[in-house]
Amino acid sequence: MKFWRQPGFWLPLVIVLLWGGTVLVLRQDTVRETAFTVLMFMALASSLNILLGYTGYVSFGHIVFFGLGGYTGFYLISEQGWPLLLASLAGGALSGFIALLVGLAVLRLRGAYFALATIGINEAARAFVSNFGPFGGATGLFVNFAAYEKYGGAGQALWTTFTFLWVTTLVVLVVSYLVKHSRFGLGLQAIREDEDAAMVMGVNAPRAKTITYVISAFFPGIIGTLYFFKNGNVEPGDAFQLHMSIEMLVMVMLGGMGTVLGPMVGATAYQGLRGYLLTSPIFKDLHLAVAGLILLLIILFVPAGAVGWVRGRLPALRRVLE
Amino acid sequence: MILQVQDVTLRFGGLQALTDVTFDQTEGQILGLIGPNGAGKTTLFNVINGVFAPYRGKIIFRGEDITGKPSYEVARRGMARAHQVVRPLTELTVRENVMVGACFGREGQSLSQAASLADQALAQVGLAGRADQPSGSLNVAQKKRLELARALAARPYLLLLDEVLAGLNPTEITEMVATIRKIRDEGISILMIEHVMQAVMSISDHIIVLDYGQLIAAGKPEEVASNPKVIEAYLGDPEMTARLMVE
Repeated sequence: MKFWRQPGFWLPLVIVLLWGGTVLVLRQDTVRETAFTVLMFMALASSLNILLGYTGYVSFGHIVFFGLGGYTGFYLISEQGWPLLLASLAGGALSGFIALLVGLAVLRLRGAYFALATIGINEAARAFVSNFGPFGGATGLFVNFAAYEKYGGAGQALWTTFTFLWVTTLVVLVVSYLVKHSRFGLGLQAIREDEDAAMVMGVNAPRAKTITYVISAFFPGIIGTLYFFKNGNVEPGDAFQLHMSIEMLVMVMLGGMGTVLGPMVGATAYQGLRGYLLTSPIFKDLHLAVAGLILLLIILFVPAGAVGWVRGRLPALRRVLE
Repeated sequence: MILQVQDVTLRFGGLQALTDVTFDQTEGQILGLIGPNGAGKTTLFNVINGVFAPYRGKIIFRGEDITGKPSYEVARRGMARAHQVVRPLTELTVRENVMVGACFGREGQSLSQAASLADQALAQVGLAGRADQPSGSLNVAQKKRLELARALAARPYLLLLDEVLAGLNPTEITEMVATIRKIRDEGISILMIEHVMQAVMSISDHIIVLDYGQLIAAGKPEEVASNPKVIEAYLGDPEMTARLMVE
């Protein structure tokens, strides 16, 4: 069972490789912007899925890692002159470290209590950053234009950022597949199904959950850095938007939690829908309400999500649609 | 001694769940644990395998004090358990369920080794044909076998069986008893809670009786069955008991 011989390993990667490659060849700004948004949500949803899908723990405030990591990376680029690669890795590392500390404290909680605690953490981080001088307080930070010069000007920097995001998305998908199909991942799925029974079978649940939380927080930290660098500024209101956390959940549920492909499908479908809703005169103020409605309908009628539903109906496709 | 339980006491708030429970189990033995409902049998299992830490007392497993160690560490040391209320990991296949036991049990197998161990364990309990089915689709008797297979795949030194015969029909009971004997013959010690008296009397080398959280009797099956305290607390009618021993 070598993973590189499995079609289910390659399918998501090939899709993202071809897509990102096409965008780079076309070299049109609008195409890139759309692709950036969708890839970003794919990677965010996939990161969340590593925790939500494999361990069953619902993190409502997962966007906190995007915000904190993004702030850190942005600060390092803009104020300290770090290169993008190092700064985004540092953003990821900080998010991972925060997840480690938070995880040690709140992963003792189960179910709804854990979900509530994660919301609290997001709000606490927003309040902290709004009052934290080095991060610019409530007004946030603006990029120092000299930072773009290193990448051949602002236009070129956007392409570089896109390429980084593209690679990050590929890495997230590889990690997601490897976690799912490892011994470690089997332990996580046992935790998801019955945590007490899993522990009786020898799964070190506290450690496994904490490691998973760190992994699923690391990537949003990187993605946050890339996103805010692309935007050129970062402020508390943008970095810790609770509704983005919920949209990430919708994407994971829509595509199918616990699958590698699901968050990709969910992110693409949701972004498509959102694009339509935001431009439609009737729904433009209601897109979050529609998102909530979708979440409700999925949970009631298709709890396995699109990919899970297809896997259930067509067992022959299971090795392809991981 | 594979297991020594010394003066174990546990309270839930004001409720005295276990009081000074003390017994030893020798290696290779099948030790039956009987007693009326609510006597604290499952609670005692929970203390032995680390789900609860005792308020007082010690659990010594293969010479090592494991009191207060979390259940996953106890599992690693070679103690496996089949639950009374079956707990299949519903979304996983039957084989994957058993692989969890093998991967995280005493030997900490890799995935590929775990898969072949799982198939062995499933064959042992007669579930080989259902390995690829989702475990949620099994019936109760099959889920009980799955619990057993999962515990076996961990290659434990000591197996805790919590009412694995309950809810099975007579044919299934006969098969399960044969399976349990075979497991013992392979060198695994077994501590079992059981209400099916004929089965537990015939299979156990030794029996201990729990009532209101206290051990009220211990001995060979025939000694326990004729013990007046046990008859009063649990077995009920003395004639019924005599008949039980004849069968």
